Amino acid sequence: MSILIYAESAEGKLKKVAFEIASYAKKVAETLGTTVTALTINSDNVSELAKYGVDKVLKVTNDKLAGFNAKAYADVIKQAAQQENTKLVVLSSSTDSIYLSPLVAVNLEAGYASNVIDLPVNTAPFQVKRNAFSNKAFNITEINTDIKVIGLAKNSYGIFENASTLTEEVFSPNLEDNDFDIKTESIEKSSGKVSIADADIVVSGGRGLKGPENWGLIEDLAAVLGAATACSKPVSDLGWRPHAEHVGQTGKPVATNLYIAIGISGAIQHIAGINASKVKVVINTDPEAPFFKVADYGIVGDAFDVVPRLIEKLKAFKAQNA
Amino acid sequence: MKILVCISHVPDTTSKINFTNGDTEFDTNGVQYVINPNDEFGLTRAIWFQEQQGATVTVVNVGGPETEPTLRKALAIGANDAIRINATPTDGFFVAKQLAEVIKNGAYDLIIAGKESLDYNGGMVPGMTAGILGYNFLNACIDIAVNETNVKAVREIDGGKETVATSLPLIIGGQKGIVEEKDLRIPNMRGIMTARTKPLNVIEAVDAATNTKAVKFEKPAPKSAIKMVSPDNLDELIDLLHNEAKVI
Repeated sequence: MSILIYAESAEGKLKKVAFEIASYAKKVAETLGTTVTALTINSDNVSELAKYGVDKVLKVTNDKLAGFNAKAYADVIKQAAQQENTKLVVLSSSTDSIYLSPLVAVNLEAGYASNVIDLPVNTAPFQVKRNAFSNKAFNITEINTDIKVIGLAKNSYGIFENASTLTEEVFSPNLEDNDFDIKTESIEKSSGKVSIADADIVVSGGRGLKGPENWGLIEDLAAVLGAATACSKPVSDLGWRPHAEHVGQTGKPVATNLYIAIGISGAIQHIAGINASKVKVVINTDPEAPFFKVADYGIVGDAFDVVPRLIEKLKAFKAQNA
Repeated sequence: MKILVCISHVPDTTSKINFTNGDTEFDTNGVQYVINPNDEFGLTRAIWFQEQQGATVTVVNVGGPETEPTLRKALAIGANDAIRINATPTDGFFVAKQLAEVIKNGAYDLIIAGKESLDYNGGMVPGMTAGILGYNFLNACIDIAVNETNVKAVREIDGGKETVATSLPLIIGGQKGIVEEKDLRIPNMRGIMTARTKPLNVIEAVDAATNTKAVKFEKPAPKSAIKMVSPDNLDELIDLLHNEAKVI
């Protein structure tokens, strides 16, 4: 009956999203009077999960699962759910988890709600609140199946400590040959940079920066804040920045704690992609720019004047608060 | 190669989002509908397969007669024929069941869907369809090449990309990158004229469970007014971000 979470790791180290879904599952488990079991795949050290309320870990260690494979991982999650007689599976919204969640749902004949942003509105019938219409509305979805799968939107619940006593159990799933019909040939990662998906802060630049040669401003500000860099669609279309940095409706979605938009007017497609961010700051010369309508803090000013001074002030602030 | 492109009929991004009937239904009043952007990238890639490798391209949608203009637009862009499954798309699993039936009966080799639709943002239909059929599935696909039944494709991962090898039949969840924005095609007059006579077959839905149900909608609470900070007082911005918003 235990709630099952799939606690993701990267290079053997648990990811932050694992702690968020653990915190969430613990709270739901308290309401339902049950416990939380976490499934880990090739994680070196799982003890940290106890801090966030996980009662039991099913530890899978298997070389065949060294690289992510949606079908194989979904099969492993299914087997873990069946062993635990789980009625609720909680997954994150990482690229990998979004990929495997619908497969898990079909495997378990479970109803699946993605993009969930809060604790269940109701547990009988089971209803959850989720983001829809590109963050322009919420939708209460009822899941009617015996087993339920939910995908928690990133940064929507938060990480809360709630210590438990953890037991670790080795879990050896059966893997089928046809689990591996998709074979990874190579992986390319931009090294040494904070990725947009993992960042707490994103600094984003638009056409107001006038050209790729001025991107040092964005990078320097991002460096002081430990932030990822991003850009608007026109900037990637013009080839000033790589497509991987394009955020917005057809680019990458951003759901970060702080989003700083510099020289971005705020077209509706851009806002749709970044609106899930908690705090938005806009710096723009045009006081009529639509971004001012959706931001929390705004400065009307020239990026070339404001940003260098902001960098200096932030450096002083960081030095003081270090 | 037989390609099936799954088309979702969604409100244009600039549409006002409102709800009726006690906030239980989307208000379609005055809303313009378009091909879901993620699907349109996939459709364009399918047309390239048609032009360069002689593939046939069928488009499919689950919806009522009101969705036919969206299918006609896909035909005008270049699809060979269209299928409309005559049913209200109640949830992702229901839609996946319908698509699985069409795919099985039509023996399609490559099925291209968008990784998510811009209305319900479920992001589950391509994966569920693959799960039901036991087909290979690649999500967030940003590049694909097919040589006989061998496939080489690239998917986006957090902070980078992954190149994979697999084989047909295959279902992909596509997005921008599989073609670029500049590659999208606007139907020309000739395309629009020929689209009128291309086959658009209407078929009835098969029985499928509705595992989930959208019971209510809410609009976000009005945002509190923006706080403006003078460009000459950046200390105030840092103070607000640190003490009020607590994000730095």
